Amino acid sequence: MEEHKTHISSYGNHLFVLLCLITLTTITVAITSVQLGAFNTTAAMIIASTKAAIVLLYFMHLKFDEKIFRFMVTLVLAIYVVVIVITFFDYLYR
Amino acid sequence: MSGTTTTQRMPSYLEYKGRFKGLAGWLLSTDHKRIALLYLYSQITFFLAGVVMGIFMKIELMAPGQQIMGPATYNALFTVHGLTMIFLFIIPGLAASFGNFFLPIMIGAKDVAFPKLNLFSWYLFMGGAIIVLIGIFTGDGPPDTGWTFYAPYSLKTNTNVVLTVFGAFVLGFSSVLTGLNFIVTIHQMRAPGMGFFRMPLFIWAMYGTSWIQLLATPVVGITFIMVIFDRVMGIGFFDPAKGGDPILFQHLFWIYSHPAVYIMILPAMGAITEIITTFSNRVVFGYKAIAMSSLAIAFVGYLVWGHHMFTSGMSDTARLVFSLLTFLVAIPSAIKVFNWSATMYKGSIDLQPPFWWAMAFLFVFMIGGLTGLVLGSVATDVHVHDTMFVVAHFHYIVFGGAGLAFFAALHYWFPKMWGKMYNKKVANIGLLILFIGFNTLYFPMFILGIMGMPRRYYDYLPEFATPNLISTVGSWILALGLIIVIVNLLRAKKAPPEIIDNPWNGRTLEWKIQSPPTLENFEEIPVIDHGPYDLIKE
Repeated sequence: MEEHKTHISSYGNHLFVLLCLITLTTITVAITSVQLGAFNTTAAMIIASTKAAIVLLYFMHLKFDEKIFRFMVTLVLAIYVVVIVITFFDYLYR
Repeated sequence: MSGTTTTQRMPSYLEYKGRFKGLAGWLLSTDHKRIALLYLYSQITFFLAGVVMGIFMKIELMAPGQQIMGPATYNALFTVHGLTMIFLFIIPGLAASFGNFFLPIMIGAKDVAFPKLNLFSWYLFMGGAIIVLIGIFTGDGPPDTGWTFYAPYSLKTNTNVVLTVFGAFVLGFSSVLTGLNFIVTIHQMRAPGMGFFRMPLFIWAMYGTSWIQLLATPVVGITFIMVIFDRVMGIGFFDPAKGGDPILFQHLFWIYSHPAVYIMILPAMGAITEIITTFSNRVVFGYKAIAMSSLAIAFVGYLVWGHHMFTSGMSDTARLVFSLLTFLVAIPSAIKVFNWSATMYKGSIDLQPPFWWAMAFLFVFMIGGLTGLVLGSVATDVHVHDTMFVVAHFHYIVFGGAGLAFFAALHYWFPKMWGKMYNKKVANIGLLILFIGFNTLYFPMFILGIMGMPRRYYDYLPEFATPNLISTVGSWILALGLIIVIVNLLRAKKAPPEIIDNPWNGRTLEWKIQSPPTLENFEEIPVIDHGPYDLIKE
């Protein structure tokens, strides 16, 4: 079997990701005081998804790993989206 | 192929003396075969406990009125029967026991990718089981919600729901980790030359199953935690009075629990494929179609959960969508059945006990599958929802499908696992009695359901008496068959070992090594240069 390639992220990179996550968390909290109606939930979901993507890509090394893993994660997310969409066939039309 | 000689016999995994001896040699072993047997023995114990509970329920339903228990005891009994059979026997099912034992061997590996994690998964399984048992016997008594824990009743009942649900949550972790382990094993540890399309079809089935375990189980895990939060902290996820939605519970529960049916049935189908191919003495018909149908079942099966909820109050649009998707899942299932039939066609069929078990599976699985169409169609489902029809369909699929396949696999691989052969005549007699008992027990339930008898009641109207009596007698016949089958296997297990490396003329890798296998399965990792079912002269 071929040798596994490893990628070591720099401290600067980790620090940048940490700052991004803290900033986005601050925005999540701050945005609750702004009246956006139904879009409050949308905004919270977008921020949470961005944070999850950063964690997956950098902390969990998806960005530097083989394509097959990115494919698997994308597939999982696609199934998740399909499940949510089907569930909303109930909630939107009930 | 090289490296699969069996001329020189080595100590088997049963005889191997490792760091620990006696019981510790089993409880601390990371050998996938020993872990498989730990699962097998635990599962069969739970199964027999579930059978005893089932028989008591049938005695209660033998005649109208109260026989041996009151309504509260009956409610608790069907809940615990369901919990035991579903979470402790059939969800781990063939995957945990036969999957653990044969997956590495059939891909030419020495073990799974993460052996310690594998042992830890068994401990989680037993830990979860013990928590469930504590939940049943302590506090305010066993839960009476049914194994589905439907909200809002599961939030309101005074019985011991929290602990039992937590036990099921822990069991889920075991399932997730086993799935993860198998996916990595299949991707990383196949023998040189074994491409994905040279894997035996049992492995394809295990691959689909593992993905479902990995992706669906966390959903029910978090749902159970939400129930605990609702009960302990009064958050109100599922409580309409607090802005929650009880139908959300059903969505979340069935997002896992319908794919869980495929966690049960996919490995069963994989084992049946192996058995039919071996005893037909033919190359399997439609290899790629069967392999792809396993993945299709895993994927489409993920999207059909709503057919459990047609009468729950969800929207008409959702009911239509789920009904359509449900009918779609019949396609890959039918692909398998047609390919099995085509494999047998003009085969040189060897009528051995595992083959008879596989035929029994096919017969009852077809009845289970076709009655599933009645439930998959909204128009007919509303009439038989929550009646005995559903109980009959469910048992035809889960016991008749996964359960019979479990015993088929046990009879097929028994000589490989223990290096001994059971009495084939007694095995056939046991199966025949069990098969008659099975149909006598469950078929009347279809009729009762269509007559309108609801499920989950300890009593019924006098017009339902005759089919219920027949059904109860069927449970005794089934139990007799089961006793014969199990005693026959236990007697064989105690018999002196024989040299039977390949009693069925099997062509997959497990039949090329000695029985029972050695600790590392292969003295030399085999190099694969042909399909799994090709007839190769050794």
